[in-house]
Amino acid sequence: MEGLKKEPKTGLKEEPKNAAGEKSRLACGTCVTLCGEPLSNPVIPASGTFGYGAEFAKLYDINILGTFSFKGTTREPRYGNETPRIAECASGMLNAVGLQNPGVDKVISEEIPRMGKFFSKKVMANVSGFSLDDYVYTCERLDAVEKVGWLEVNVSCPNVHGGGMSFGTSAEPAAKVTSAVKKVCRKPVIIKLSPNVTDIVSIAKACEAAGADGVSLINTLMGMRIDISKRRPLLANKTGGLSGPAVFPVALSMVYKVAAAVKIPVVGMGGVSCAEDVIEMMMAGAAAVEVGAANLVDPFACKTIVEKLPEVMDRYGIKNLSDIIGVSNNG
Amino acid sequence: MKQVFLKIKENQLIAKNTMRMVLTGDISPAPQPGQFVNIKTDGFYLRRPISVCDADGETLTIIYKIVGGGTEKMSKLARGETLDVLTGLGNGYDTSVSGDRALLIGGGVGVPPLYLLAKRLISEGKDVFAVLGFNTASEVFYEDEFKALGAKSVTVTTVDGSRGVKGFVTDALPCGCTYFYTCGPEPMLRAVYKALETDGQFSFEERMGCGFGACMGCTCRTVTGYKRICTDGPVLKKEEIVSWKD
Ligand SMILES: Cc1cc2nc3c(=O)[nH]c(=O)nc-3n(C[C@H](O)[C@H](O)[C@H](O)COP(=O)(O)OP(=O)(O)OC[C@H]3O[C@@H](n4cnc5c(N)ncnc54)[C@H](O)[C@@H]3O)c2cc1C
Ligand SMILES: Cc1cc2nc3c(=O)[nH]c(=O)nc-3n(C[C@H](O)[C@H](O)[C@H](O)COP(=O)(O)O)c2cc1C
Ligand code: FES
Repeated sequence: MEGLKKEPKTGLKEEPKNAAGEKSRLACGTCVTLCGEPLSNPVIPASGTFGYGAEFAKLYDINILGTFSFKGTTREPRYGNETPRIAECASGMLNAVGLQNPGVDKVISEEIPRMGKFFSKKVMANVSGFSLDDYVYTCERLDAVEKVGWLEVNVSCPNVHGGGMSFGTSAEPAAKVTSAVKKVCRKPVIIKLSPNVTDIVSIAKACEAAGADGVSLINTLMGMRIDISKRRPLLANKTGGLSGPAVFPVALSMVYKVAAAVKIPVVGMGGVSCAEDVIEMMMAGAAAVEVGAANLVDPFACKTIVEKLPEVMDRYGIKNLSDIIGVSNNG
Repeated sequence: MKQVFLKIKENQLIAKNTMRMVLTGDISPAPQPGQFVNIKTDGFYLRRPISVCDADGETLTIIYKIVGGGTEKMSKLARGETLDVLTGLGNGYDTSVSGDRALLIGGGVGVPPLYLLAKRLISEGKDVFAVLGFNTASEVFYEDEFKALGAKSVTVTTVDGSRGVKGFVTDALPCGCTYFYTCGPEPMLRAVYKALETDGQFSFEERMGCGFGACMGCTCRTVTGYKRICTDGPVLKKEEIVSWKD
């Protein structure tokens, strides 16, 4: 199995979730592990909503976070889509940024070193591509960077043409990306799944069978708005990805189904905005929880969630978050 | 950037569909001309970016046009209510390069940021010439306020000629200025770009996800690379703009 290439300390994932051995290593009630790597809490700002952390580090000490997932990185620099890239809807937003990023070289030579000044933990590297080669190249480069603790491989971006999501909309290409990336990476590989599919469970299972160390879901749901006065789509890209509280119940049900079907850790996300949402996601089966759009409208959203977690756990008689992962599936 | 909770001291109609809101509370550090705030309104997911029109020690003034649900909701807020506001956003205008005679050109709700700018330039001992463009007389605001600041000239233009010079701002540009500053709808900015030979600065609008640099929602191309309107802008210098000549 690919996972055996790992260093012993990350080998924890071979043990069943919540195994006694794993639990005893957790120093605190909010502590969890993600693919064997300890996190002081399960809260992880989601890719594309936290930049490289700098804007938020000016506002609060971002070391209080479990970790964060930085902006989707591609082999070459990308401008992304034309503007407007952002639209609003009831309880959420649409984005069609189109993976604007400086490319893997600059991310490694500039962004990650800069990050070291305000973030002392391992970071999650989010990767996207347009071909199998792209994914392999970019993942291999980022895997070699010490600061990177996990790779989150986005096979689900709805906003770029000819790439991203086309790998994530059926089981076979998703599995192909997974096994190709696993061959060149020593760090845990988490495959980020699209909700814009008929059967997310079968794709998750295919990734697991291909050696994925975890899956994360959901990426944004395809949506659009029309500018009535101009009689045309509001976004320059015409369609965009829906996120925010509007998608929370959809995300929760997908996390619930996937977590019941796979043994690897599931990172849950989609519309999470408060500590209670984090707990719901974990009860649905998430080992850790990403927070996206909420950071944009409330730059202190993740700080507030991290600070509120112990209080909300107390209220519901939860001693250890690691105890509640997937409890709603038992019965 | 700072998140503050400001109290509404005044929220009133000053021209057709145009409201002035005065907020009080912790507005430090002092807002720079051309900077904006991002306002949370109940019932709307994203914040609404609005330029700072004026600021003194404890009050911050904005002028906004009612164009959709968010600004409509804002217009209904009463004195004494509290707003969740992100302040100190954007780069603002650079006044150090203006020379002695600065031309300020505003269109519609592009006028407000030029007010604080005029105040600053005049306090720096520079002559200010203002051209304020509107569609029609009922939409005109702040002509007297610019005069009261001590602007050397204040010219109002209206498209229908119901007040001031009939036509667009570019039909009433005074000559002999050393530099210009402008804010308004993009067609106006393009017209100003073509009409003036001197250097200047433009303030842009874009739909924003965050307003503080995190989402890449507001990017534009410039001569010096990709820029985020919310943090590298909203003010761009003329030489940064990818040519509008053709
Ligand atoms: C830097 C900056 C400064 C601004 N300063 C002012 C000002 O001083 N006075 C003023 O009246 N207006 C200003 N605007 C425009 C103002 O932000 C919009 O008119 C307002 O957001 C409209 O909200 P709404 O809910 O009424 O409209 P809706 O059309 O219902 O809004 C829907 C969505 O689109 C966004 N949106 C709509 N129009 C614009 C626009 N022109 N620019 C950016 N986002 C938009 C809204 O924020 C919201 O997310 C500024 C915009 C920017 C980017
Ligand atoms: C502005 C914006 C940009 C995003 N960019 C990326 C990206 O580069 N890579 C990625 O995997 N997901 C990206 N996403 C998706 C989020 O990481 C997340 O999966 C999704 O928004 C659902 O979570 P939320 O409802 O909490 O926002 C982006 C989302 C937003 C709103
Ligand atoms: S609006 Fe988010 S980066 Fe400018």
